[in-house]
Amino acid sequence: MDVIWKNVGSLDNIPRCGARRLCFGHNGRPIAVFRTGDDAVHAVVDQCPHRAGPLSEGIVSGHLVTCPLHNWVIDLSSGDAVAPDEGHVETLPVRIENREIHVGIPRRPTSEEAA
Amino acid sequence: MPKNMLSDPREHLVVIGNGMAGMRTVEELLKHEAGRRYRITVFGAEPHVNYNRILLSSVLAGDKDLDDIVINPRSWYGDNGIRLVTGDPVTAIDRDAKLVTAASGLSVHYDRILIATGSRPLAPPIPGLALPGVCAFRDIADVEKMLEAARTQKRAVVIGGGLLGLEAAWGLKQRGMSVALVHLMPTLMERQLDAAAGQLLQRDLDRRGIAFFTNGQTEQIVGKERVEGVQLADGRFIPADLVVLAIGIRPNIDLAKAAGLEVNRGVVVFDDMRTSDTSIFAVGECVEHRGQVFGLVAPIWDQAKVCAAQLAGDATAIYAARALSTRLKITGVDVFSAGALMAADEADDEITLRDESRGLYKKIVLRDGKLVGAVLYGDVADGAWYLQLMQDKADVSALRERLVFGRAIAEMDGAKAPGPDLAAMPDDTQICGCNGVSKGTIVAAIRDKNLTSLTEVRAHTKASASCGQCTGQVESLLAFAAGVDAKAVKKTLCECTEAGHDEIRAAIPAQNLKTMAAVRAAFGWKKPEGCHKCRPALNFYLLCAWPDEYADDARSRFVNERVHANIQKDGTYSVVPRMWGGITTPAELHAIASVAEKYAIPTVKVTGGQRIDLLGVKKADLPAVWGDLNNAGLISGHAYGKALRTVKTCVGSEWCRFGTQDSTGLGVKLEKMCWGSWTPHKVKLAVSGCPRNCAEATIKDLGVVCVKAGYDIMVGGNGGVDVRVTDKLVRVRSEDEVLEHTGAFLQLYREEAHYLERTAPWVARVGIAYVKRRVVDDAEGRRALHGRFIHAQSFVQRDPWAERVHGAEAHEFSELSAMVEA
Repeated sequence: MDVIWKNVGSLDNIPRCGARRLCFGHNGRPIAVFRTGDDAVHAVVDQCPHRAGPLSEGIVSGHLVTCPLHNWVIDLSSGDAVAPDEGHVETLPVRIENREIHVGIPRRPTSEEAA
Repeated sequence: MPKNMLSDPREHLVVIGNGMAGMRTVEELLKHEAGRRYRITVFGAEPHVNYNRILLSSVLAGDKDLDDIVINPRSWYGDNGIRLVTGDPVTAIDRDAKLVTAASGLSVHYDRILIATGSRPLAPPIPGLALPGVCAFRDIADVEKMLEAARTQKRAVVIGGGLLGLEAAWGLKQRGMSVALVHLMPTLMERQLDAAAGQLLQRDLDRRGIAFFTNGQTEQIVGKERVEGVQLADGRFIPADLVVLAIGIRPNIDLAKAAGLEVNRGVVVFDDMRTSDTSIFAVGECVEHRGQVFGLVAPIWDQAKVCAAQLAGDATAIYAARALSTRLKITGVDVFSAGALMAADEADDEITLRDESRGLYKKIVLRDGKLVGAVLYGDVADGAWYLQLMQDKADVSALRERLVFGRAIAEMDGAKAPGPDLAAMPDDTQICGCNGVSKGTIVAAIRDKNLTSLTEVRAHTKASASCGQCTGQVESLLAFAAGVDAKAVKKTLCECTEAGHDEIRAAIPAQNLKTMAAVRAAFGWKKPEGCHKCRPALNFYLLCAWPDEYADDARSRFVNERVHANIQKDGTYSVVPRMWGGITTPAELHAIASVAEKYAIPTVKVTGGQRIDLLGVKKADLPAVWGDLNNAGLISGHAYGKALRTVKTCVGSEWCRFGTQDSTGLGVKLEKMCWGSWTPHKVKLAVSGCPRNCAEATIKDLGVVCVKAGYDIMVGGNGGVDVRVTDKLVRVRSEDEVLEHTGAFLQLYREEAHYLERTAPWVARVGIAYVKRRVVDDAEGRRALHGRFIHAQSFVQRDPWAERVHGAEAHEFSELSAMVEA
């Protein structure tokens, strides 16, 4: 996939079992970067597939986040809602270099990426 | 029967008494393999085989024949190798020679004796007892006398308005006699029925033609050749051809006493049913066990079982008295009674249901959340169930509101009074208001996806997954659609564990568990980091148990408590500063107005808790908004937390012409003491200055209603979907006492309620009597609870807004920006 990698800063800026939103979006939608208890990092579109709740504000347990609005549970590694709920949030590629987080933003001909 | 007894190597058991208790024991003994080691001889004073004495009243009433009440025919004795000697009462036990001698002179050697001599009718010390036409109501001979009188005579008087007397009166009435009943006490069956039920009973029997003479003391039975009437002490005279004495029974102890056994009111037996002579046992109405004598059949069956087991060599068999019940055997008159007839003191609760025109009456007595008594009149279908609850000492707090309506309704969880007809309910009836889920959706999901638990129904439909108020209805639907009893499934803290809230709460101090990881390890959590349900619960439990040690885990708090503002559906937040007791100042109002303008806050609203809500604040603006509010002296109102929210007040004696105390001042003091406290669920307080109760104190978690004489402290109320009015905790005289009781009550709630359980369901669950005992009666305990509350407060009374204005948790309020493009 053709992506633009963006360095969003040190892993230490995100609390363990927590998340932060990025100041730029993707296709007009916000992006959240999660740090799990074992220091894995996931980036997803910060909108629950149910009612677009801010997943970044949810409680993170393992690789799951619970949406604060209606308790949908999303698997951060796949972006899929945990059964019996059905839905999917778009995930974005992430890599860690020297403890710094890089998020890959897909390049779209029609979309304009803010920096 | 063996021909040569001397050659029989078996031990000889001699049973004295061929009644129900003795023969039941023999039957039980024969069930034991070891019971076969006895050769058994039974002596009966009556000429009959063993019969069911309880059913004599049915024979009298014509509902049964004598043949119907025979328990064991003569052939049964023969078939079991038992020697039966009838019509020959035993007259002596020689314990030195080990001989039993009967009236006929028959004498047998024994190894063991079972005394089952039953009881004798009590006779009042009055003249005329020996007149022909006077009898008791005890055995077949008495019944035969009564039946004979009914054939040839007209008027009967029964003396005694207990179970036996009433059954005798009814039987004689059925046999066509005109019947009067004399009772010493003001109401009938006063030992089994309370006054209300006793009066209903009297009314019904009066309608059936029995004349009652209550408060009637019999002075004399009058007659020359035979009985002519009954003379009462108050001058009333009742003519009679037959007088039946049924004033009670006393254990028949003569034989045991003469043999030198320990006797009191009855033959004294120990828990193993042995008398003071270990080779002599006793059962039934003749015995006294731990000071208690017996007239009902249920405990006697228990005794028979224990006695038989002991005779068979089981030294561990122990008799223990259980809760007993009484029923009256009068066709069409249904009476049931068990345990306490009324509250013994203020701590007990009586709940009554009365339907005068249908002749229905039900009363239950509760003590410490347990059922300790039931009196039923008119509909006794639930008697056995109530008795079982009493014998099991089951905690019925959760059923309290519905218990009196009987089992069908009490166990229909969540339903109020008579529950809804689920089959008739239209499919589009909304069950879960929060998530807009209808009955049809829930039932379809249960059936299509074979759901069997509440958790699954919640997961698939979201019904009851938000506020939880409709949980009971969803459980009922589950039972309706899948036949699953959701109540029967143990309620665990969450799906990560098999343990319930109480187990976990108890283990935290007991096992010195100080971190979430330690709790999860101790209980074998299924997910190493738990889930969104258990993490906030454990965080609170640990914070409550270890206020000075446990480090609050922001990552285990719901977003509102982490961010200290209320998330709204569009992802913005609301901000509610604290207004102590609802009092504000022009300066505070200026600051709020300025903030609203400066940050373009779209909605400003006055809340129900007497403060001001700023709605639609962007997350990034929160610290600046708080900073401006802090500058005016305003701090967090905790409107977002499972925490102390508001203390609502009225103006009280300072301004109001009705005010009895300074309710506003007291409200401010309460709020200053309690603010910042984390609790299992939100907590709202109120203080009203007089019983007009303008601050709506009686639907708060804790409300104070001022009166001239002091302060009524009310607890366990809430508004919401299920409005619950408070229970009165106590009336106190001073503000200091209000503060101490409040701190103690809140601490008890913090320490013992389940996470997300408000005070209303908690008080309903544990019972107000329990709360009173801990907070009111136990002064030392109250001071300790209050002390722990104040100690915990010393760690939390810091304004979370000010901390964040000064940089705490800064990562919450800003977004990450991209630094370098790679």
